[in-house]
Amino acid sequence: MNANSNTHSGNPFTAFRRTVGGLGDAVRDWWAGAPGWARWIVYGLLILLAIIAPSDFIGSFMSPETHWPSLLFSPIGTYVLLAVGLNVVVGQAGLLDLGFVAFYAIGAYTMAVFGTKYGWNFWGVLVVGIFMAAVSGVVLGSPTLRLRGDYLAIVTLGFGEIVRITAQNTDYIGGARGITNIPHPPPLFGVEFALDPLPYYYLLVAAIVLVVIFAKRLERSRVGRAWEAIREDEDAAELMGVPTFKFKLLAFFIGAMIGGLTGVIWASKVIAIQPPNFPFILSATILAAVVLGGSGNLPGVMFGAFLIAWLPERFRGFADYRILIFGAALVLMMALRPEGLLPARRRRSVTGNGGEPDDARPGGAKPASTEADGMAEEVAR
Amino acid sequence: MGDLTGENSALMIPPSQGAQLAIDEFNAKSTNVKVELVKYDSQGNPDQAVPLAQKAATEDKIVAMIGPGFSGESRNVGPVLEQGKIPSITASATNPALAQNGWKYWHRVVANDSVQGPAIADFLVKAKSPKLAFVIDDAAEYGAGLADAVAKEFEAKGVKVERDKIDPNGSDYSSTVTKVKAANPDVIFYGGYYAQLGRLLKQLRDGGVTAIVSSGDGSVDAKLVEAAGKPAAEGAVLGCPCLIPYGSDVPELKTFSDNYKAKFGVDPLIYATEGYDAATAILKAIEAGNTTAEKINDYLATIDFKGVSKEIKFGPNGDIAANIIHIYQVKNGSLTWLGDSTQAQLS
Amino acid sequence: MLNDFLNQVGPSTVGGLASGAIYALIALGYTMVYGVLRLINFAHSEIFMIGSFAALFAILHMGITGPLSGFALAGTLLVLMLVAMAASGGAAVLLEQVAYRPLRRRNASRLAALISAIGASIFLQEFFALIVIPKLFDRPSQGRLQVPVPRLLERESLLTIGNVEIRNDHVIILVSAVIMMILLDVFVNRTRIGRGIRATSQDPETATLMGVNIDKIIRTTFLVGGAMAGVAALLYAMEFENLRYNVGFLLGVKAFTAAVLGGIGNLRGALLGGLALGLIENWGAIFFGSEWKDVIAFSVLVLVLLFRPTGILGESLQRARA
Repeated sequence: MNANSNTHSGNPFTAFRRTVGGLGDAVRDWWAGAPGWARWIVYGLLILLAIIAPSDFIGSFMSPETHWPSLLFSPIGTYVLLAVGLNVVVGQAGLLDLGFVAFYAIGAYTMAVFGTKYGWNFWGVLVVGIFMAAVSGVVLGSPTLRLRGDYLAIVTLGFGEIVRITAQNTDYIGGARGITNIPHPPPLFGVEFALDPLPYYYLLVAAIVLVVIFAKRLERSRVGRAWEAIREDEDAAELMGVPTFKFKLLAFFIGAMIGGLTGVIWASKVIAIQPPNFPFILSATILAAVVLGGSGNLPGVMFGAFLIAWLPERFRGFADYRILIFGAALVLMMALRPEGLLPARRRRSVTGNGGEPDDARPGGAKPASTEADGMAEEVAR
Repeated sequence: MGDLTGENSALMIPPSQGAQLAIDEFNAKSTNVKVELVKYDSQGNPDQAVPLAQKAATEDKIVAMIGPGFSGESRNVGPVLEQGKIPSITASATNPALAQNGWKYWHRVVANDSVQGPAIADFLVKAKSPKLAFVIDDAAEYGAGLADAVAKEFEAKGVKVERDKIDPNGSDYSSTVTKVKAANPDVIFYGGYYAQLGRLLKQLRDGGVTAIVSSGDGSVDAKLVEAAGKPAAEGAVLGCPCLIPYGSDVPELKTFSDNYKAKFGVDPLIYATEGYDAATAILKAIEAGNTTAEKINDYLATIDFKGVSKEIKFGPNGDIAANIIHIYQVKNGSLTWLGDSTQAQLS
Repeated sequence: MLNDFLNQVGPSTVGGLASGAIYALIALGYTMVYGVLRLINFAHSEIFMIGSFAALFAILHMGITGPLSGFALAGTLLVLMLVAMAASGGAAVLLEQVAYRPLRRRNASRLAALISAIGASIFLQEFFALIVIPKLFDRPSQGRLQVPVPRLLERESLLTIGNVEIRNDHVIILVSAVIMMILLDVFVNRTRIGRGIRATSQDPETATLMGVNIDKIIRTTFLVGGAMAGVAALLYAMEFENLRYNVGFLLGVKAFTAAVLGGIGNLRGALLGGLALGLIENWGAIFFGSEWKDVIAFSVLVLVLLFRPTGILGESLQRARA
């Protein structure tokens, strides 16, 4: 019985893992050491790539089976922005949120309600939508953020469901029918926002760039350092005089703002929204994107979101099997690289309750207790 | 376009096969024009349907679309097709609001839910003269919409109505059963699909509720009997704008059934005749020499012929002119056709 | 309103206890794994689903088509229960080997384990929808549709008090759940392995130093937790008679809520939490309508956690903390 408790070193699985891991680490280490101008060039190239991405040339390879510019807007663009938002909560402050879709829904519903009932302009709703989402983040956070990590997970999950079911059962916002004929944004720089997904896509790219700059600045500020302290060891942070509750609430506030922003932009394109657009599985998917990419590391998170949104669409040819493969790939990736494809550099242990360091490791199981095995066998008998 | 592999694909495969049959028959006859049927599997999901429709319109250059199958995806796909000037005929999306968008390229060959709901309610009032009706729905767009229309008509006819909703993903409907039992209604209507109705029926009957249970087109499926079990399903009344030729003797229906069965090895089910008629309408346009999307659309505005399911003639908003609802009942474990809702008699 | 309540409270209580018992049995799996690994085993809902289909498979292969009674019924239920327990328990052990052990070896974060669990959950659902249900149950291209279960026992009213009917199927569910709970309680508190489980959940490092084989303990935990889900799966199949590839999802969320409500890591808490959740849902539905069930359940959870941050009974498998 104790044979399989030995480590599997030397098998091809491990070798493959090291190769993949080495590559990701190399990229990250180069990045960390790169001078400022090199980084700016990379940023510029990335933005350029985002701008030319909708071209047919790229599209014919990226999605031979469905309309590529539509995909770029949703799910790819929306997932990326949502992941950046969730990363503030999960990656930076270390709070496990399983109901992030709620803020997305609140943003989208704000757009729909103000757009159809009061005829508000997109830009006006954008401000209100972000504000509404942020307020709901505080409303959710203030009673629950005192809970430990895993309790927070179930409560946020519940919050996501409450928002969806409430929307479904409230006739004022359309009930199960949802809301139809949501207005599009007004023309901007002479560009008409109608059915063509391109203008929306560029709007989304602009939003992503702004949010990323904002998130980067936060990360390097006092707030970012406070979050890091909370994430690593909440009790220690509290002792050192960091008002942990306030900063955790701030993380929720900012994450919710970004979720709401995504919701408003998305709703302004899709014409109609309904409660089933905001299922729990979307929260789980975005969380998977964050962790897969490398929780806490912005480029990694965005890359993870891109992969998770794009791969199932790229492989539509596999029909149903793509979801099956997606599930298996998540398990495999976590086994190969639990810190994500491009992990954050400063730390290895992540989230959960910042309270007790020994908790950060499941079961606290040290790599194999080979010597102890014999004894354990006796005891267990 | 429709849900060809997803959870509700049982509703979409018959119309797509009906359309396939019509097109194959056309291609066998026609020498100068061949029509190709391209299938788009949206899984009934608007998020997937929109990019697919965009691709159909811009890259595949289709001249007409049969579908989309469901109302939700129709609403999102409609504007895309309008912009691409592609005519579409849906054989199964029954949401009334679809006709009110002012879409010029959109058509439907079945009666909508605002016709279906009242027709079913009127039929039940006539057959059972109930005092109290209990209306249940699945809190989703189609089910709640139909249930609302039914409840409204009941109230207009002086029947008291009580409501409840079930969770379509749940299994335990005991709280709803308790409510129904306490209310002790004369008739029960459920707005939603057969899978949930099957579970609900079983629990209602086990709970000792004996009132007649009815539902709409989403529940017209032989699998209802499988899900509810024969004893619980017996006597359930189902209304549908669709005409399903369950062993009918009417000559046109019989020919259709035989051809369909010869080709696909199964009996034509829900919306198969309508899918056939939708395809036929487009084919008639092509036969008359119209091979561009615009011209086909113009032709559809004036089309008037006797289809398998009904007379095919579109109103100015794209809705079908003939508003017929058919009534079916579960008898001895299988669905039987009782006739259209103004004439059908409960046995 | 009050009248409605008085009219419906009796039958609602019976229905609530029956569904609560099933929640409780599933909640045990969450609670035990959480106690030992501090891990939300997200794929536990699929362990339940596998058990339910194993039970159906056995039912079909035993040639049962109609309701049974007397000893035939009792014997059949016992056999089916063993089959479902074996299938769920085995699947849980396999899940641990494939999806969690490699991560544990690498000291991965709990977040990574959670994503692995979500991945496994998606994989198992799709695996059943695409392969197992079409092939094993001979329903080609119908993997996403519900599969009917033949009726095992005819519903009979055993006793009527006022407007409350006590039905035989509800009694079987409640009694089976309580018996399994007692057996599990004895197992954890009285046996050697049970002691190992408790030691591990209190302090894994010390337990290792004291010679507890952690891997074995974890395997046992998954096996036992899975087996309990198997019992729930059989009872579910018997009561609701329709199975789906995603049948576990909603039940899993509810069961996890129940586990947290009672105090996660606490076995008796799982029973209490499950029954309480079933009752809260059904009673709440009387006032607000069945569509608000889930909202009521989650709101109560938040309220309870605000006043008792570790659930009603607290965390007792492990040392109570902060």
